[in-house]
Amino acid sequence: MTPDDSIVLRFEDVSLHFDATVALDHLSLEVHPGQTYVVFGAAGSGKTMLLKVAVGLVRPDSGRVSLFGQEITGLREQDLFDIRARVGILFQEGGLFDSLTVAENVAYPLTNQRVLRQAAVTPEGSAGNGAVRTVDDRVRESLRFVELEETLDKFPAELSGGMRRRVGIARAVVSAPALLLYDSPTAGLDPITANTIIALILKERDLRNTATIMVTHRYQDGHLMANFRYNPNSGQIERARGGGDVSQVSTKFLVMNAGRLVFEGTEPELQASQDPYVRKFLRVGGA
Amino acid sequence: MLDILKPPIEAFQEFVLLSIRAVRNIFRSPHYADDIFVQMDVIGVGSLFIVSLIGLFSGIVMALQMARALTQYGAQGQVGSIVAITLVRELGPVLTAVLVAGRNASGIASELGSMKVTEQIDAMRALGTDPIQKLVTPRLIATAVVLPLLTIISDFIGLIGGYFIASGMLGLTFSEYWTTAWQALEYNDLFQGLLKPFVFAVIIALVGCFYGMRTTGGTQGVGRSTTSAVVSSSVWIFVLTAFITYVWNRAFVKQ
Repeated sequence: MTPDDSIVLRFEDVSLHFDATVALDHLSLEVHPGQTYVVFGAAGSGKTMLLKVAVGLVRPDSGRVSLFGQEITGLREQDLFDIRARVGILFQEGGLFDSLTVAENVAYPLTNQRVLRQAAVTPEGSAGNGAVRTVDDRVRESLRFVELEETLDKFPAELSGGMRRRVGIARAVVSAPALLLYDSPTAGLDPITANTIIALILKERDLRNTATIMVTHRYQDGHLMANFRYNPNSGQIERARGGGDVSQVSTKFLVMNAGRLVFEGTEPELQASQDPYVRKFLRVGGA
Repeated sequence: MLDILKPPIEAFQEFVLLSIRAVRNIFRSPHYADDIFVQMDVIGVGSLFIVSLIGLFSGIVMALQMARALTQYGAQGQVGSIVAITLVRELGPVLTAVLVAGRNASGIASELGSMKVTEQIDAMRALGTDPIQKLVTPRLIATAVVLPLLTIISDFIGLIGGYFIASGMLGLTFSEYWTTAWQALEYNDLFQGLLKPFVFAVIIALVGCFYGMRTTGGTQGVGRSTTSAVVSSSVWIFVLTAFITYVWNRAFVKQ
């Protein structure tokens, strides 16, 4: 990790408008390695735009965005590709390519991103014992991570909504990115499948200490992110120990309204908030 | 007043920028040769039957119409030359292009539009691929290559259709029909007849991609983009054929 990587993502007074609609309004925030941000907000509050601006898919009207210490606001699309290779993103609509199989979808970042193609034949792509892992190995490993190894040759249309979301996670994590962005990963899923998705997100975060930004409508998703952790010994998700447990300390909640950050803080601070808009996102009865 | 003009001017600006980037990418790596061949198959081979069918019947109709008029002047022997000139200069390129616009501008717009609304275009960008390089440029190259070829096939089959009428109804021999058809055509007509489908191909591919790439509003938006792509490309085909014919006649035809 280079010194510049001490801040994974930085927004400095970022604003974005679409005609008369404000998508982001003077937004500033910093994301550090291993930190988790859970973003709540009503539909159209700018949550998705926050993620898209973070990776340069949408350019802000004003302000500065830096990824891994490098300002990306003025960069050309071609120059952004190498930086984006260090970011994994799960889109709200899945973003899986219909015309490609599951295996080809998951392999896509490894075969299309220049720095990842190069890494496939360097120690970064090796298993640590001198053996170079092929793209196929890494795809299988990533699909095993989401417990969908048997779907390699299927097309996205043949999968259920939850399975497609898991393949999306496999594609997002296949390159072992330093920052993961999840756009409503549990939207439209039944509670059991939704919890499975959150468990995978937790597993990825805790195994690789990945910085994570998760946009969601479900308070329970944020609660799980803040209070549970993946135990690599048991292979299970378990409740974090109190006080100094890393996931509790490093999970922050953001609430957005009309492009503005109206709340930033920990879960207890969120629960203590008296702001009527913020309280809409709290689950009745707590966790 | 300015507010009314703003959206079409912005759309035109977007179209020009997309066109410039698509053309510039022809000379830049990476090149997606597989995608170009797939699109050639979809647009070219996929349109071959319908283009041939329309070519045949346009030749038949032209011969039928001309036969009646020419017979009045005892000039029915010239039916081959009239069919050849009208097909090669105008009808062949325009009808083929309108068909391909209906079939492929809509296909391109709906495919890219669906990709846009399901965030596949964003995913492509996020995963290190320029969507214009991967999606637009191969469709542009493929259409620009296959539409002139389809037009040549359509023209030829149209001439065969004309021959059926010339021999069956007017009693012309094989050599009478084909000699007059061949002699009527000048290099000038052939070049014009190939320039037009090339220009139309560029319009069909770029208009289809443009509407596809700017699709918003879910599946309804895909429907709107598809309709807009077909309507716009068809209108542009007729506008451009008039323009090219006018400029061509001024520049290359001795008055």
